[in-house]
Amino acid sequence: MALIDDLGKALDSSPGGSVILTSVDAIMDWSRGKSLWTMPMGTACCAMELIAASFSKFDFDRHGTIPRADPRHTDVMVVAGTITYKMAPAVQRLYDQMPDPKWVIAMGNCAVSGGIFYYDTYSVVRGVDEFLPVDVYIAGCPPRPEALQDAIFQLRKKVDSESVAPGRVRDVEYVLPLPGDPRAGDRIQALRDGGGRK
Amino acid sequence: MNINELREHLCSEYPDLCPLFSVEFGDGSLTVAAERLYSAASDMRDLGFDRLGMVTAVDRGETFELVYRVTSREMRAGIFLKAEVPREDPHIKSLCDLWPAANWHEREVYDMFGIVFDGHPDLRRILLTDDWVGYPLRKDYEDERMIRRPDYI
Ligand code: SF4
Repeated sequence: MALIDDLGKALDSSPGGSVILTSVDAIMDWSRGKSLWTMPMGTACCAMELIAASFSKFDFDRHGTIPRADPRHTDVMVVAGTITYKMAPAVQRLYDQMPDPKWVIAMGNCAVSGGIFYYDTYSVVRGVDEFLPVDVYIAGCPPRPEALQDAIFQLRKKVDSESVAPGRVRDVEYVLPLPGDPRAGDRIQALRDGGGRK
Repeated sequence: MNINELREHLCSEYPDLCPLFSVEFGDGSLTVAAERLYSAASDMRDLGFDRLGMVTAVDRGETFELVYRVTSREMRAGIFLKAEVPREDPHIKSLCDLWPAANWHEREVYDMFGIVFDGHPDLRRILLTDDWVGYPLRKDYEDERMIRRPDYI
């Protein structure tokens, strides 16, 4: 409904009443950021919080974040739980099946760094950023569902800064520093300098 | 057979069990010599312990302690059967023909501790890859990916 209301206001204030002036970037980022469907990659205890987040008490759907079991329908992979070296190829494969543009949230200490399995382990990957490009890290063992919702908001800001044109970056004002800010800043700088992956 | 009869029977058969067997919680633990494990286990099964829920092992340095948990639905009681095998060349008789559930559990113990179950129909690694070197739940296991916990933690 908010969309319709905003549209009405925009129409009201525009001369002639039926013309909206916006940029392609703005409308793309707005539509992408408001419907970040998640691929719930829950492998351990953190998955319980991930599941709790999408049920009625926390109600993820109101943010347009709907969990889908099929990677081909999703934009964000939420890695919630311990990833072992045996599991990593499967996670990588699911990530590869997601259509571009795609983002990754590392939820919980295990996905961030290996967590309690950092030392003396033969099987646990020390953070999914060993093989996936992580956009938002959430600390906690496990993090609360609110933290996951906050991660979605942080990710939205990040999505807002992307441009459809290759090599361009939109300037957005972050209200709070993003958890992965130094790296995001580096990436944006790299894009400004003309390199980078987009 | 109810739980009190079971207790009497076990006390006459395995005197070492008596102090450990608690009827309130219905659980006891029974440590037997490795050679005697199979016969003790088959006794347990004949007494009505119809479910093998878990097989695991503990690295005790010089020895490995095998732990089998068997439960009885009728008596609502459970027992930990334990046996020690030497670290060098650990062998024990498989319980697969008593409880078929032992098959995968014993494979897992073989996978993680390298304890060989004699008479097991299909003793292969179950969780790790077939080309894995070593047995990772042994305390002295090392590989190049492992980071040792520093002393100050
Ligand atoms: S971070 Fe903690 S809660 Fe989350 S998967 Fe790891 S051990 Fe479980």
